[in-house]
Amino acid sequence: MDFIFSDEQQQLRDSLQKYIAKEYGFEARKAIIAPKQGFSDKVWAQFADMGLLGVAFDEAHGGFSGTSVDTMLVMTELGRGIVVEPYFSTVVLGGSLVDLAGSEAQKQAVLPEVAQGKLLLAAALGEPDSRYELNCVETTARRDGAGYVLNGHKAVVLHGESADKLVVSARTAGGAREAKGISLFLLDRSAAGVAVQAYRTIDGMRAAEIRFSNVKVGADAVLGETDNALPVLERAADFAVSALCAEAVGAMEALNAATFEYLKTRQQFGRPIGSFQALQHRAVDMMIHCEQSRSLALLASVKVQSEDPNERKRTVSAAKIHIGRSGRAIGEEAIQLHGGMGVSNELAAGHYAKRLAMINATLGDVEHHFERYASAA
Amino acid sequence: MDLNYTKEEQAFREEVRSFVHDNLPKDIADKVLHHKRLGKDDWVRWQKILFKKGWVAPNWPKEYGGCAWTPIQQHIFDEECGYAGAPRVMPFGLVMVAPVIQHFGSKWQKEYFLPRILSSEDWWAQGYSEPGSGSDLASVKTRAVRQGDHYIVDGQKTWTTLGQYADMIFCLVRTDTTVKKQEGISFLLIDMKSPGITVRPIITLDEEHEVNEVFFDNVKVPAANLVGDEGKGWTYAKFLLGHERTGIARVGESKRELEQLKAIAGKQLRNGKPLIEDPRFRDRVTAVEVELMALEITLLRVLSSRTKPGPEASILKIKGTDVQQALTELTMEAVGPYALPFRPEARDAAWKGEPVGPEYAASAAAVYFNYRKTSIYGGSNEIQRNIISQMVLGL
Repeated sequence: MDFIFSDEQQQLRDSLQKYIAKEYGFEARKAIIAPKQGFSDKVWAQFADMGLLGVAFDEAHGGFSGTSVDTMLVMTELGRGIVVEPYFSTVVLGGSLVDLAGSEAQKQAVLPEVAQGKLLLAAALGEPDSRYELNCVETTARRDGAGYVLNGHKAVVLHGESADKLVVSARTAGGAREAKGISLFLLDRSAAGVAVQAYRTIDGMRAAEIRFSNVKVGADAVLGETDNALPVLERAADFAVSALCAEAVGAMEALNAATFEYLKTRQQFGRPIGSFQALQHRAVDMMIHCEQSRSLALLASVKVQSEDPNERKRTVSAAKIHIGRSGRAIGEEAIQLHGGMGVSNELAAGHYAKRLAMINATLGDVEHHFERYASAA
Repeated sequence: MDLNYTKEEQAFREEVRSFVHDNLPKDIADKVLHHKRLGKDDWVRWQKILFKKGWVAPNWPKEYGGCAWTPIQQHIFDEECGYAGAPRVMPFGLVMVAPVIQHFGSKWQKEYFLPRILSSEDWWAQGYSEPGSGSDLASVKTRAVRQGDHYIVDGQKTWTTLGQYADMIFCLVRTDTTVKKQEGISFLLIDMKSPGITVRPIITLDEEHEVNEVFFDNVKVPAANLVGDEGKGWTYAKFLLGHERTGIARVGESKRELEQLKAIAGKQLRNGKPLIEDPRFRDRVTAVEVELMALEITLLRVLSSRTKPGPEASILKIKGTDVQQALTELTMEAVGPYALPFRPEARDAAWKGEPVGPEYAASAAAVYFNYRKTSIYGGSNEIQRNIISQMVLGL
């Protein structure tokens, strides 16, 4: 039992932390978010140079054969800087779907490009009526000669517009909520019949509604096993959730640090407001929320690799429950303790709170994971 | 990073588990598991079994009869004992006063007291709190005035846990009223059979006799029973409070209580279905389970760090007691209206009367009210927050 990161892992973390502290301040981030694309090609290229984009992939696929713990370290630092680049959608969720479900040829075609920063992915899984249920798929992929024709509407696809390729879950058999009958497709976002309605998200990212009308794809677009994508979808989603938990811990740490600093410097009644016990105890609770969340994020980053799907699901859902609740609590308390400044969009604190609240609404909120935890008992 | 126990640690866990399984008397375990009343004999019997095995004082240095276990081994031991329903080793002698004597005591104190503590020959009590001195411990008023070879002690201690059994009590006493309050305190070891000592029970909300008031009226204490230097008691007191951190989270016991809660909620019905399947109740259980999972990792993080646990350990006290209290609350709620019948006689293992309701319901409310103590004792959870605020956050 040890909680010590290897030298390589510490190096990875430190170099990313330094980079973000230097290049990704609050003002720089504002400038990055403003244009339509919503993130910086320059930052993305630098991530590629730093080797971040291939951390999780095999060396054979242009990666560094890192573990889920490496991904956790990267995500925590991205969370600390509320970084908006599409690391989660491209590398974590999109990348792991291709990595887990794809054929060798598909991996060779996609992963090295992703690792080099030349290809962006987005995972189009959710639908207007699916909430967080991955099995709830009404988008259809009808057999058409050797290939398929896709029809349907995918909702809140993170970085959907900037993606070069989409990983889409679609029904090749069965009813709308059936576990069987789901298949994954890898297709060009620019394919004929794909309509993208892009928008900003409240936490400074980009997302899109994506509608498919009679989109024709070849048989080689199928990613993994036909009709049986749900298990791999769940595995990739669990990996993505564990990464989100790590991101949340980074955001919590930064938000707590900013709040505690504010308590030390803001003067009222001739003394720093941090000298008031009513605020001190709330600050301590914020710190405890963060430490307990960190513990579960660590556990999830390890157990997400478990061979036992129930153990994996329980641990990941436990972490997401805790992080959903703690993230909300820390976000709300940070705003409150910052007083009027907390509600100003000019201060970073509120932006951390936004990201934490949106992490709860990504790939399953607290309620969803309560239910999932019980079902994996 | 590796969150698995090593082969050696796993083997150690097996060793502890099978030892506890083979040696923990069933009647004692039954009492613990069913929240029956424990008596002095139950604790002493178990401690003597551990003493024989050489495991009663794992926190002691090896030369005094300790085990030289790693913090992780200590945790494994605590967890296995807690999970199996072993009574808690009484901390007052073994965990609290012994390290103080080892570090600051005289040669005679070490030679006389330590073996008697180790063999459970003496039952110790803690004389810290006073009626006017709870969280503000340095304000103790109990006076000790030097007269030749003796101190004359006058005053009152309170919340003295199981003081009715005690042979000895370690006390913070005021030996100097003219200096700063922390500097006038001394650390005295007092024989409970001394003339002038009166023990009066305080009955708690569960109508049990667990704590006491101890009155000192002109009590003569040999000066040889002063630990270390006069006026240094506060230093020793802080040393004592900072010494025992690992058991504070009570992970093993909470795991056991969680399992029992789930079993109870599996038997109780709501709308004709097991209560545990009711999403409203189930999710509240899950919330505690999740907190306990986090707590275990937080504890292991503290134990694995190369440095001695610092003020972060206060997190373990706060969260550990949160979890314990939440479990008693849910257990009380799980038994529904059978939380009401209050029959303290049914908590006696030898009682043969006709039960009311399921056996597991008999003590649920009493335990809930008893456990309100956990967030108050050992430095209230508010004091723990003060510690973190000052020492960790720098506020």
